[in-house]
Amino acid sequence: MHSFDVLVIGGGHAGVEAACAAARMGARTALVSFDLDAIGAMSCNPAIGGLGKGHLVREVDALDGVIGRAADAGAIHYRMLNRSKGSAVWGPRVQADRVRFKAAVQAIVRAQPGLTLVQGEAAALRLEGGRVTGLELAEGTVLSASRVVLCTGTFLGGVLFRGEERFDGGRIGENAAKRLAAQLRGAELPMARLKTGTPPRLDGRTIDWAVLEEQPSDDEAWTMSPLTSARVNPQVFCAITRTTQAGHDAIRANLHRSPLFSGAIAAAGPRYCPSIEDKIHRFGDREGHQVFLEPEGLDTPMVYPNGISTSLPVDVQETVVRTMPGCERVQIVQPGYAVEYDHIDPRALTPDLQVRAIPGLYCAGQINGTTGYEEAAAQGLVAGLEAAAAALGKRGPALDRANAYIAVMVDDLTLQGVSEPYRMLTARAEYRLRLRANNAATRLTGLGVEAGCIGEERRLWWERREDLRKMFHVKHSQMVHARELADHGLPVRRDHGEKPISEWLRYDGVTPDSLSPWLADVTACDPVLAEEMAEDAAYAPYLARQDAELRDLRASEALSLASDFPYAEVPGLSNEMVERLSKAAPGTLAAAGRVPGVTPAALSALLVHARRRQLERQRAS
Amino acid sequence: MPETPTIFALSSGAPPAGVGVIRVSGPGARDALLALAGRVPEPRRASLASLRDGSGALLDTALVLWFPGPNTATGEDLAELHCHGGRAVIAAVENALTQLPGLRRAEPGEFTRRAFANGRIDLAEAEGLGDLLTAETELQRAAALANAGGALSRQVEGWRERLLGLSAEVEGVLDFSDEEDSAALPECFTWNISALAEELGEWLVRPRSDRLGEGFRVVLAGPPNAGKSTLFNALVESEAAITSPIAGTTRDVIERAVAIGGVPFTFVDTAGLRDEDVADAIEAIGIDRARTALGSADVVLWLGPEGEGPIGAWEIVAQADRPNFIAKHSARFTVSAVTGEGLGALKEALVGAAREALPKPGEAALNARQHARLSEAAEALEAARLLSDPLLVAEELRRARVAFDRLIGRATTEDMLDTLFGRFCIGK
Repeated sequence: MHSFDVLVIGGGHAGVEAACAAARMGARTALVSFDLDAIGAMSCNPAIGGLGKGHLVREVDALDGVIGRAADAGAIHYRMLNRSKGSAVWGPRVQADRVRFKAAVQAIVRAQPGLTLVQGEAAALRLEGGRVTGLELAEGTVLSASRVVLCTGTFLGGVLFRGEERFDGGRIGENAAKRLAAQLRGAELPMARLKTGTPPRLDGRTIDWAVLEEQPSDDEAWTMSPLTSARVNPQVFCAITRTTQAGHDAIRANLHRSPLFSGAIAAAGPRYCPSIEDKIHRFGDREGHQVFLEPEGLDTPMVYPNGISTSLPVDVQETVVRTMPGCERVQIVQPGYAVEYDHIDPRALTPDLQVRAIPGLYCAGQINGTTGYEEAAAQGLVAGLEAAAAALGKRGPALDRANAYIAVMVDDLTLQGVSEPYRMLTARAEYRLRLRANNAATRLTGLGVEAGCIGEERRLWWERREDLRKMFHVKHSQMVHARELADHGLPVRRDHGEKPISEWLRYDGVTPDSLSPWLADVTACDPVLAEEMAEDAAYAPYLARQDAELRDLRASEALSLASDFPYAEVPGLSNEMVERLSKAAPGTLAAAGRVPGVTPAALSALLVHARRRQLERQRAS
Repeated sequence: MPETPTIFALSSGAPPAGVGVIRVSGPGARDALLALAGRVPEPRRASLASLRDGSGALLDTALVLWFPGPNTATGEDLAELHCHGGRAVIAAVENALTQLPGLRRAEPGEFTRRAFANGRIDLAEAEGLGDLLTAETELQRAAALANAGGALSRQVEGWRERLLGLSAEVEGVLDFSDEEDSAALPECFTWNISALAEELGEWLVRPRSDRLGEGFRVVLAGPPNAGKSTLFNALVESEAAITSPIAGTTRDVIERAVAIGGVPFTFVDTAGLRDEDVADAIEAIGIDRARTALGSADVVLWLGPEGEGPIGAWEIVAQADRPNFIAKHSARFTVSAVTGEGLGALKEALVGAAREALPKPGEAALNARQHARLSEAAEALEAARLLSDPLLVAEELRRARVAFDRLIGRATTEDMLDTLFGRFCIGK
């Protein structure tokens, strides 16, 4: 009997999180993949985390996801980006050994109770009365489930481009799920194409590392997941080189051979991660572009040159990389290429990532127009939790823009759609000061416990931490006089009176360390938590000010708009407004305010008519 | 959905006038035209028609216009009847409209409310129109008109654009610090914030539009029997009173609002000021109130002994008709309420001073709510200018943006709900 609550198609970062999250919720779950050995593969760069992305990793981890622990298991280089700025924009990032990362993912997946792995090609969805009832595999087997999560990445109608060459498939050497793509196209879902690219992989043994500037792993002790007790692998260094004028000349001379410029690829690529030919074309005046040489693992000489994603022909790629200092004799192991692929307009999804037109079908990851492992993992988590919750009659954790980057992303996608591959940025979060990478557990693990998606180990860890947090609160509220602080050498004027520790923490030069006479015993228990609590205290005035704004937001969220709200019937709304609102189908008035291009006047009209409808319904019932 | 009532009102000035324009808005506007004019003219074309009541009696020969919704001032079907402006004609046409099913007279502000509810105008414009409807003087009308025309909204949109540009620069530093081009903020960044803050400051020190509602406050003060009340009466009684006299809770402070030369004034007559030890308890209260009134005055007309009035008061010599009047060295005006001597010059000077202190005609002015939001934005910009942590700078800029959004109702906020459900009574 092949019957499940939730089926997940795809074993990438989104699929893994979706399958594990659904199983953690208690749903009978199956993960279907072309090749079970490919589960957990990193298809592009070997880095996990970064600015904005590090937040997502920590949040997925706080909800007991896979990516954080797997990243630690594979990490051979740790770096906290933006360390010199405020902690809310710090970006934890690791370089992970591909083999070790994949092994860790597979170990977690295989150990997950309630999760069955199915090797096979997903051929077609089974539908009854417009609802999903299961999945048919290419060899004929039928798996039944009321919830199916599509995490097919670039496999959907993917075409690879390298110079004049074309290949079908999502990644080099793998098949594209063409039948499934045809079915989805037949369902008349709004679909579009995007492109992304990858650089050539280099043989590290042919790089002259000695002439290059090193970028060592930082020497701190932090890890991606608090459940990882210490860094496990030897740490390696990355190196920095640059593209040169000679290389730029070679690119310019061959631009016509790049599918990006020959017109073969029309889809938009990520502005945040442009191909090298794009960079040269758009910023031609620059003398060189930085290239990070990132080792792909401890047991492989492969090196990932971050910054030169390209779809130029192989001979041009070779010429270009050899003009970079330290790479004069470098060998390309696998050339770079561009991928053009189908994605669903995410405005066709509801906030639980379910396809509005096909109940029971969820989509997560690159298929929704995003880029990046972290973005994929976070969506997989949401889709898995929500699919399981729906199948079991439970509720997923209550995530919103004020408590999670994950929700910021899902809200952005489902309301605004994408015009280029979506990447997380801290600027996308309006309540950034409260959404720090280092307080993800405080923000989310409790919600996860409530929803039932947190395993025993993390739950115990979190409960201990909550107890400790209470102790910190007590310590932070103790009153200390300025004189005492000054006597201990703190830069505080003696006439500033008596204040609680939490307020002193807002003073310049007053650090948690310098307050050790008052905090030492709790700080020793958990220095990481001590830092988080000190930041809370420092940001408190800003957060208090945001509270009023949040109350206001909640008021607008109380006015819900049905997914079939008749925008066309609202007098005064222009056709353009009607179209924008109908496409995005915002769930609440607050969400309508975030649909791009909706004017204040249109919002007021919407508000009035939504209120009227609500009143009439109440009268009718 | 129950049919929205169709409303009508005389939308031009009070009759008698040359022309009286009656507007009809709502789903029944077309039927109303059919009923009265016998036909519906081409959209947006004026045409001559005979208006008849239900019994077929001729009411007037009028120009009629037909504006099908939703691209109309209210967002609904709209008809306009340009009648002759006599009282009887207007009354007869209105009466005929009342007889039609589903039609009723508009409540005050109801056309504006519908325009707002139907997405034809934004919050600031609606507020301007709201002010326009209550405007009783030329100056009030001119200021309200500027807001209703969207001058403030346009200005705020402009600021918002600049602010977005500044935010983008900080966000670049925060999110793309790895890229070589955006490692630090440009030198002119702080300067640009200051420039924006200064522009906001210029708006904030301008006279507020709610000052127009209150009028320019002129307080008459002086010892008992100095001729204050006689002058007060002379100043207010010859003028069109806007409201009936507002008596204070005691007889001792009397306020009266009038318009002089299109400028709104509130004149305040106070109890005579004298040493409190000679006054009885009740009079002492009156004197106390008089002092409070002095505190809130824009101008004090001082009728007492020279130099003993509040600082900045205008020295007035009253009762100039009396043979024994006491001249003042620094008298601004010497007047007689009885003969009218000097009154004209005093009024002229008051109008001049009031025009300086009240919003300029045609210049968009802020009301109290808008002022509060703009102050918030200015405060956030000031904070941003002084901070060095780009993360906190970004937060302050965001706060300024939220304040702008609230100002024009871009964010779905309490302001809009308040305005909608409070001021315009929507949802009732």
